[in-house]
Amino acid sequence: MRFKLNRKKREVHLGDRVFAFILKVPSVALVLLLVSIAYYLFRNALPVIHKQGWSFVTTSVWDPVNDVYGALPVVYGTVVSSFIAILISTPLSVGVALFLTEIAPTRVGRVVGFLVEMLAAIPSVVYGLWGIFVLAPWLRTTVEPFLAKTMGFLPFFQGAPYGVGMLAAGIILAIMITPTISSISREIFNAIPRVQREAALALGSTRWEMMRLSVLQSARRGIIGAVILGLGRALGETMAVTMLIGNRHEVSASLFAPGSTMASIIANEYAEATSDVHVAALVEVGLLLFAVTFVINSLARLFISRGFRWGAPSNSPGGAK
Amino acid sequence: MYSLLSTQNLSASFGSTQVLKNIQMDFDEFTVSAIIGPSGCGKSTFIRCLNRLHEEVAEASATGKVLLQGHDIYASDVDPVAIRRKIGMVFQKPNPFPSLSIFDNVAIGLKLAGVRRGAILRETVERSLKLAALWEEVKDKLNSQGTSLSGGQQQRLCIARALAVEPSVLLMDEPTSALDPISTAKIEELMTELKKTVTIVIVTHNMQQAARISDKTAFFLLGEMIEYGETSELFTAPKDQRTERYITGRFG
Ligand SMILES: Nc1ncnc2c1ncn2[C@@H]1O[C@H](COP(=O)(O)OP(=O)(O)OP(=O)(O)O)[C@@H](O)[C@H]1O
Ligand SMILES: [Mg+2]
Repeated sequence: MRFKLNRKKREVHLGDRVFAFILKVPSVALVLLLVSIAYYLFRNALPVIHKQGWSFVTTSVWDPVNDVYGALPVVYGTVVSSFIAILISTPLSVGVALFLTEIAPTRVGRVVGFLVEMLAAIPSVVYGLWGIFVLAPWLRTTVEPFLAKTMGFLPFFQGAPYGVGMLAAGIILAIMITPTISSISREIFNAIPRVQREAALALGSTRWEMMRLSVLQSARRGIIGAVILGLGRALGETMAVTMLIGNRHEVSASLFAPGSTMASIIANEYAEATSDVHVAALVEVGLLLFAVTFVINSLARLFISRGFRWGAPSNSPGGAK
Repeated sequence: MYSLLSTQNLSASFGSTQVLKNIQMDFDEFTVSAIIGPSGCGKSTFIRCLNRLHEEVAEASATGKVLLQGHDIYASDVDPVAIRRKIGMVFQKPNPFPSLSIFDNVAIGLKLAGVRRGAILRETVERSLKLAALWEEVKDKLNSQGTSLSGGQQQRLCIARALAVEPSVLLMDEPTSALDPISTAKIEELMTELKKTVTIVIVTHNMQQAARISDKTAFFLLGEMIEYGETSELFTAPKDQRTERYITGRFG
């Protein structure tokens, strides 16, 4: 006789059935909510989708007066500011995580880890204020002139130093996503078994070689997942970026120049949008943003779930041949 | 004349708990020495002091001397990294590097030591895998992941990895406790072969194993070394009553 575990049939008691129902409702509701958000975004974007088709994402002119909308600069701004953020934050976060798990004494690690995670609790608008009053002036007077002098042959570092602009937005994003990336990296490093580290040490590796061999190499996938998750946050971040990016609808190679992002243009214009097509254009920007972050987060999930697979040798131990 | 490896007044602690008390032992070149004793008596801690792995544990400390060829490996000018190249270790649970191929798992020790020449690496990998009696089983799949092997094969891979850097001492902490009888027999067979070139110190819970493979055996109890002598003598005519009680299974 064969038995089969059937989850539906197991819940024969009335209490279990009620409980299962209570749990099922919110799960289903959340899935429906996700689908309906996508659907309403799409439906409300229809006027501009009909009017402009693909030119919406391939052109640069954004002219609400004549009802012409080209979202290329905001897509560009979102991608570039997030990319800067990832570029700065990844080594920083992985470095912090390595320090906290491998080098710092346990107690120091716990305190510093807590403080780093507190960075995630600071409201976006506070970052924005700090950016305006501290970061942007510093960039304008010190960092940008320095970059222009040393690497001014690159198109990214040419033009007038505004302070407020793509670079400022990228840096503030980097700070904001560092807690995310470093705390996930830390979890992943902590999940690596001790014997893995000792294997490297016992072979005569230095501390740094041990980190590379037993920690970083094994955690590669997980780190990529953490970075993608951070990227997801950066793409959608609105307030601080709106305050720091300068809000100019233009594609400019220079990182010193002002720009705008998908999130910032919605925040800036939605309240004043009067024509139906203008509203629809902003909704379509929202739809693009939704799609991008959804895809990015799905990718992150995939990487992280694989990155966490540790433990026992893949074959059963003692498998004699 | 001194032994290849010896300890003098070796004591070890975790925090304020002392787990090894004044251990005095000598290991002669090209012998197999077994360490037996009940769980928690400090066997692992002891051999981890021999390659300075003990100090990698938070709060761990040790006092006394460990002499390799007459030189104290705990002297202040000694680099633990260099010591660990001379004193290799095999752990209880097979722990090949999951991100590395079979080949790289064996070659990694040499690479860490700065060897880059492909020919030397290939030659060493082959020799080490043959020494570890694994060559025939893996020679056609050197590029697959080390973790794709069976548990017993993984343990022999770890032995090959340790042997590749040509250590003078090989420490083994219950290397067969996670393995089936056939893999265990293979590794035991291997040890009699290995001791022609390397001195082995092995911790084991299996007294038959100690009797089969070792030249000398030490009995540890509660952090103390109770008795250490020729294996045949220790098992047939133990000098200490506690040893006798332990090996006859009348302990506690
Ligand atoms: N990381 C650690 N921190 C604190 N105490 C430890 C640690 N590792 C071991 N100990 C303690 O040190 C003592 C000796 O442990 P050890 O691992 O050397 O025993 P063992 O003889 O190898 O035991 P087993 O046969 O179970 O492997 C034990 O009492 C144990 O509780
Ligand atoms: Mg042990």
